[in-house]
Amino acid sequence: MIWIAFGIVFWAAMWWLNLRLSKAKPNKFTGFVVPTIFGVTILVLWECLVHGFEISPVLLPAPSAIATRFANSLPILWVDFVQTFVKGALSGYILGCGAAFLTAIAVDRSPFLQAGLLPIGNFVAALPIVGMAPILVMWFGFDWQSKAAVVVVMVFFPMLVNTVEGLKASDHMQRDLMKTYGAGYFQALTKLRLPAAMPFIFNGLKICSTLALIGAIVAEFFGSPIKGMGFRISTEVGRLALDMVWAEITVAAIVGSAFYGIIALIEKAVTFWHPSQRR
Amino acid sequence: MMSSAGFISRFAPVLTIIAIIIAVWYASAVALNAPWAQDKAKRAGVTLSFSELVSDTWAQEKPKLPAPHQVATEIYNTTVMKKITSKRSLIWHGWITLSATLLGFALGTGLGILLAVGIVHSRAMDLSVMPWVIASQTIPILAVAPMIIVVLNAVGISGLLPKAMISMYLSFFPVVVGMVKGLRSPSAMQLDQMRTWSTPKSTVFWKLRLPSAMPYLFTSLKIGMAASLVGAIVGELPTGAVAGLGARLLAGSYYGQTIQIWSALISAAILAAVLVALIGLIQRITLQRMGMLR
Repeated sequence: MIWIAFGIVFWAAMWWLNLRLSKAKPNKFTGFVVPTIFGVTILVLWECLVHGFEISPVLLPAPSAIATRFANSLPILWVDFVQTFVKGALSGYILGCGAAFLTAIAVDRSPFLQAGLLPIGNFVAALPIVGMAPILVMWFGFDWQSKAAVVVVMVFFPMLVNTVEGLKASDHMQRDLMKTYGAGYFQALTKLRLPAAMPFIFNGLKICSTLALIGAIVAEFFGSPIKGMGFRISTEVGRLALDMVWAEITVAAIVGSAFYGIIALIEKAVTFWHPSQRR
Repeated sequence: MMSSAGFISRFAPVLTIIAIIIAVWYASAVALNAPWAQDKAKRAGVTLSFSELVSDTWAQEKPKLPAPHQVATEIYNTTVMKKITSKRSLIWHGWITLSATLLGFALGTGLGILLAVGIVHSRAMDLSVMPWVIASQTIPILAVAPMIIVVLNAVGISGLLPKAMISMYLSFFPVVVGMVKGLRSPSAMQLDQMRTWSTPKSTVFWKLRLPSAMPYLFTSLKIGMAASLVGAIVGELPTGAVAGLGARLLAGSYYGQTIQIWSALISAAILAAVLVALIGLIQRITLQRMGMLR
């Protein structure tokens, strides 16, 4: 009972604090502190409710239990991280996005192919591509190659569509200016159209960063060597060791956010001229 | 009305690409299935001519890559030829996936709109919830799907709802982002106009914010629907391959039934296309009635 009461009081207090903070003039400090308080509140409330209602750890372990498990099994988590993210997701991401980028440039000179590829690309981007996972696992075996293949298939079309859209982003006036300078196709491409396409390309890269991690993990459900985040999640669920599952989820969330964040940082550096980057 | 020339110039490129894809598919079916055909012929002690080889690679029982017509036949056999109540009917499996998808989509859309309304009207919510909504999507929920299913089963929630929860988690995000953008899309001038009329907040919402958010909402709904279907399919994987398109995928991969996998995959694709097209249709009608479509 005490746990629940404490949780509710804590929640109310933090909510009041957040209301006060958000009424103040927005600045860097509140922009960082308010969401942090919100996140901490949720964790505390979770901890209190788990203890208060005596929820079995088989159903929902408390955050403290997850943190302990996380700290105690760092070596396993590291092995899984390398297997799933570095070998599976990252290599597939680079291959898939690279291939999509090159394809976009290749079809760039043919409006006919573009007109055909765009609707199909949009269509395929909306399909449940994860379903390809069992087939690709069958083709490429259980190790990381098949996971990378799933990631390649998943990221290819979103990336392709975004790059093709981006290459159209420069306007007529700018292209005409390039022509008056006597710029050839490749000069115009590298000096004008690729830089103009960067916001779109980075949009694609960001979308694909989350897709890559999902693809690599889900592909492991269909067969994997005895390491990897997807493997660990599915086996530990079977053993009802939910604290380990949550530890893996924490790793996935951290990796996913960091991956996204790094790409967003690079975007900021590359497309500093774009209106959306202005403060 | 669309002229026939416009029709051709619009669809010719798409059809060309589709034709190329099907040709590549047939060619890869030959390439991928040839080793098995050769192997079989060697054991039988015969040598295959090229045409025999090709016809064999397009008609194997468990090919590495089934040819398009094999998949089409399988889909035809499991939809039209089977009774809908039969457990082998793809329509029955599709319906199970569809119902979870729609339930999750409805829940996700509702949650998304509620959150968006809160975020637009309360600064505290904007500051505290919005970053977490974005962060929530970096958690690969699909990877957590098995745990959610198992846990919800343990507390006695089984069947449709656990799958729908995963769909909901995937589909609420695009709705929140799109609706927040849409509800904020009225210009300062329009909002000022409302203020000079001393319009209450609720009327501003119903008469100005909500109507101007409609185009954004529909774009988000399309993304949300596609995501919702993916969620339902992945949510079916850990239930032990009982029912649904996801279960067909898993069972197919256990027993090496490639044709079954591909037919489930293609039906999922068709389902996704139909659902998204349906939202597109509703979008056209709604926006036309609101006078927003030229």
